[in-house]
Amino acid sequence: MTEEIRQIIKDHGRLPIDADTLAANTDLPQAGMTSHASVNVMLALEDHFDIEFPDSMLKPSVFESIASIEAAVSELRSRVALS
Amino acid sequence: MAARVGIDLVSVDTVRESIREHGDRYLERIYTEAELRDCLGAEGTVPERLAARFAAKEATIKVLRPTDEPIPWHDIEVIRHPSGSVELELSGRAATLATDQGLGDFAVSFSHEAGFATAVVIACRT
Repeated sequence: MTEEIRQIIKDHGRLPIDADTLAANTDLPQAGMTSHASVNVMLALEDHFDIEFPDSMLKPSVFESIASIEAAVSELRSRVALS
Repeated sequence: MAARVGIDLVSVDTVRESIREHGDRYLERIYTEAELRDCLGAEGTVPERLAARFAAKEATIKVLRPTDEPIPWHDIEVIRHPSGSVELELSGRAATLATDQGLGDFAVSFSHEAGFATAVVIACRT
């Protein structure tokens, strides 16, 4: 899943650096991902993983890094699997 | 009385990309029905107007200074009056945050030029 998320960030995050150089815990806003670009990343994640981020998850810490996004996507997918 | 100010800058291209790739899902997720009406032009939704409103929402969040908590985008709405003047209307979590911090008299101004839109929001703390 990490590489799928990295590719989505690469395609939609409009980072000024190569997304391949991001560590799992690299701070994405610090790396140059704007708030509007994070919206595009969020929508692309929803499309790719067939999930929907609820309002309660629309906070900076969720979109802070590849690792935090992966944790959120995993949680949402497990909710879908249980429902 | 102290004032707080927030500013944001949005690339219009990123808004175009969002409309192209995510369509109504993007529009309805971020903007209220009234905002979408206000952003309609002769040839459909005008990305520059959307970008200005997104910048206004982000500038407002900077004024509200939330800790790590979600503020739904619809909680911050740009109201456009027939005269062309604009103001902010806060609801939900955004309104609660403003009240809790004694913030009021929000004022917004925005502009767009050369592929970017910017917004400034000021609020007074009493």
